[in-house]
Amino acid sequence: MIELGKYATTVLSAYGISLVLLVAIVLQTVRANARARRALEEYDNRG
Amino acid sequence: MSIWEYANPVKFLRASGIVLPWIVAGAALCTVVGLVWGFLTPDDYRQGATVKIVFLHVPAALMAINAWMMMLVASLVWLIRRHHVSALAAKAAAPVGAVMTLIALITGAIWGQPMWGTWWEWDPRLTSFLVLFLFYLGYIALWEAIEDPDSAADLTGLLCLVGSVFAFLSRYAVNFWNQGLHQGASLSVAPGERMSSVYRYPLYVSMLGFFLLFLALVLIRTRTEIRRRRLAALLAREHRA
Repeated sequence: MIELGKYATTVLSAYGISLVLLVAIVLQTVRANARARRALEEYDNRG
Repeated sequence: MSIWEYANPVKFLRASGIVLPWIVAGAALCTVVGLVWGFLTPDDYRQGATVKIVFLHVPAALMAINAWMMMLVASLVWLIRRHHVSALAAKAAAPVGAVMTLIALITGAIWGQPMWGTWWEWDPRLTSFLVLFLFYLGYIALWEAIEDPDSAADLTGLLCLVGSVFAFLSRYAVNFWNQGLHQGASLSVAPGERMSSVYRYPLYVSMLGFFLLFLALVLIRTRTEIRRRRLAALLAREHRA
């Protein structure tokens, strides 16, 4: 087990907030890309 | 073979589609390894466990500045050569750069509280970083506010030129002004060890991970923008017919 001592809250909050922000931008990017691809495919399939 | 060939959206989509899986894999591997390795490093004799924050803070700050520099180059290519893909790449990079800047600001504040005794100080580097973050928000807002994409690319390109002053200041503020709290560069090409290899190697891996993550996200977002632009053009043509 990693001992963070008196700075446990400091370190864990820095990692926690950063990871949430990174995951959020990754998810938003992937979802927007999937939406754009689907919309273009739907247009193409419409003929 | 010229780099300008990739200004063609079809060629860009094809080429980026080939390299993207490798970049995504590299980004995931290096970011996870760098952060886990960094988290497992021993405590620093002065900073204690807070030294682990450096593996987030430094790569994020580095990418925050370099993302704006990439946007500057892409904007200049648009303003000079009118290649649409470069304008879309600049637009695609802005939200990623903004997130990197926010991570650098938040992790810096969290680290600063126990080490400096304050969350925030109007220090030259901190202040220029905050202004850079506001420039990112303004840049994103300007893209959304202007309907004509070419006008939006022109105006955001000019905003990017102005904001580059703050991106440059963010990087060199600690060298210009000595009265700030923020220390100098942790890593340098200059001789003399500034950081123990125990921390330096995981930091290198984390920096590489953040760079590849930025690259992967910008490529995906540029592909998204190209598809959106294509669909908008097709719908506009259909509407006119």
